[in-house]
Amino acid sequence: MAVPLSLNINGEVRAVDVEPRTLLVDFLRDALGLTGTHIGCDTAQCGACTVLLDGHAVKSCNVLAVQAAGAEVTTIEGVTPADGSLHPMQAAFRDHHGLQCGFCTPGMVMSAIDLVRNNPTPNREEIREALDGNLCRCTGYHNIVTAIEAGARTMQR
Amino acid sequence: MYEFAFHRAADLDAAASLLANADDGRVIAGGQTLVAAMKLRLSAPSDLVDISGIASLAGIRVERGAVVIGAMTTHAAVAASADVIRAIPALADLAGTIGDRMVRNRGTIGGSVANNDPAADYPAAVLALGATVITTQRSITADDFFTGMYETALEPGEIITAVSFPIPRRAGYAKFPNPASRYALAGVFVADFETGVRIGITGGGGGVFRDAAFEEALTRNFSPAAIEGLSVYVESLSGDLHASAEYRAHLVGVMAKRAVTAALADR
Ligand code: FES
Ligand code: FES
Repeated sequence: MAVPLSLNINGEVRAVDVEPRTLLVDFLRDALGLTGTHIGCDTAQCGACTVLLDGHAVKSCNVLAVQAAGAEVTTIEGVTPADGSLHPMQAAFRDHHGLQCGFCTPGMVMSAIDLVRNNPTPNREEIREALDGNLCRCTGYHNIVTAIEAGARTMQR
Repeated sequence: MYEFAFHRAADLDAAASLLANADDGRVIAGGQTLVAAMKLRLSAPSDLVDISGIASLAGIRVERGAVVIGAMTTHAAVAASADVIRAIPALADLAGTIGDRMVRNRGTIGGSVANNDPAADYPAAVLALGATVITTQRSITADDFFTGMYETALEPGEIITAVSFPIPRRAGYAKFPNPASRYALAGVFVADFETGVRIGITGGGGGVFRDAAFEEALTRNFSPAAIEGLSVYVESLSGDLHASAEYRAHLVGVMAKRAVTAALADR
């Protein structure tokens, strides 16, 4: 049975009825059409679904939408400035070829933003460590690490 | 995932009565294990009682020689806590190695301890530090709390509210993580108290356990050399597709030495 749910998504309060068993990621994609958050696995391992929940990176496939009641959720759509330009971390991924197919990229960018907010000047080892929960099938991670290093620098400006 | 009814408990009394009125109710804290298990239909509760909004379950405090950590405290918060880093740095280190960054932002100490996964990290610290698990009904010592694989002394409806860790002279944790899951193939927490050394071993068997031979050797001489060549009984460990029992037994010895080295570096 659906229950009422209200939460703040990318700065906008949304009130929708959901079934309690709806995962946050399905709620974002199916109910709100925010398909930038990807689903790469069924086992909470790949990190493609990473969003910020009250400012902390979480796997939205491993959180029930109802657990996020009253919370603030930021998705990849929400980090882009209103003028349509890119967030500095997104720009760094483009500039440094931090993506190939791009499937993992929204999750990578959200994890990277969470990392830099907690550690403004991460070194390469810390970046690799922080990406423990984000899998990429294409890049071999090297350029992702470079992109996050660069993105961290621009985020400081 | 099967259907269930979802309730958000305003306080512990409300949580208790919601659980009492459910057919097969479960408490949900961060949900990092439970939601995954429900997705796989390994778990199918009739009701979920969300305790994340209960203010009394939050926070970390240091009092009378102990660090008391509220049940809803996330692994990330423990890893970053200046109080924990000062009082029991090994505990902060341990919290910082659980799962991955996103899991640590969401998973809680109460959930991990209540779940008692045989390869989880926290039970090793709870047992080695001789912590007390505080619940809605009583206080349970670590030696009485963990009763087997995924089994604890918790009664139906009983909720962990905090875990109180005595502050040791020094402590260390070392684990060999499964490279995919980050669960421990073998993890060893050593804690050196005035009264002697305690050791908690996770990842190897049917649940976290202590080992008298390691404890006696380290109480006599707190150094990696003192436990050179010591191992645990292979029979007390399990083998699976990730590692054989023999390999795990070997890892326990190696991790124990690393944990002692870490403790010695600590102070
Ligand atoms: S889709 Fe969430 S971790 Fe893979
Ligand atoms: S760019 Fe293809 S999965 Fe990462």
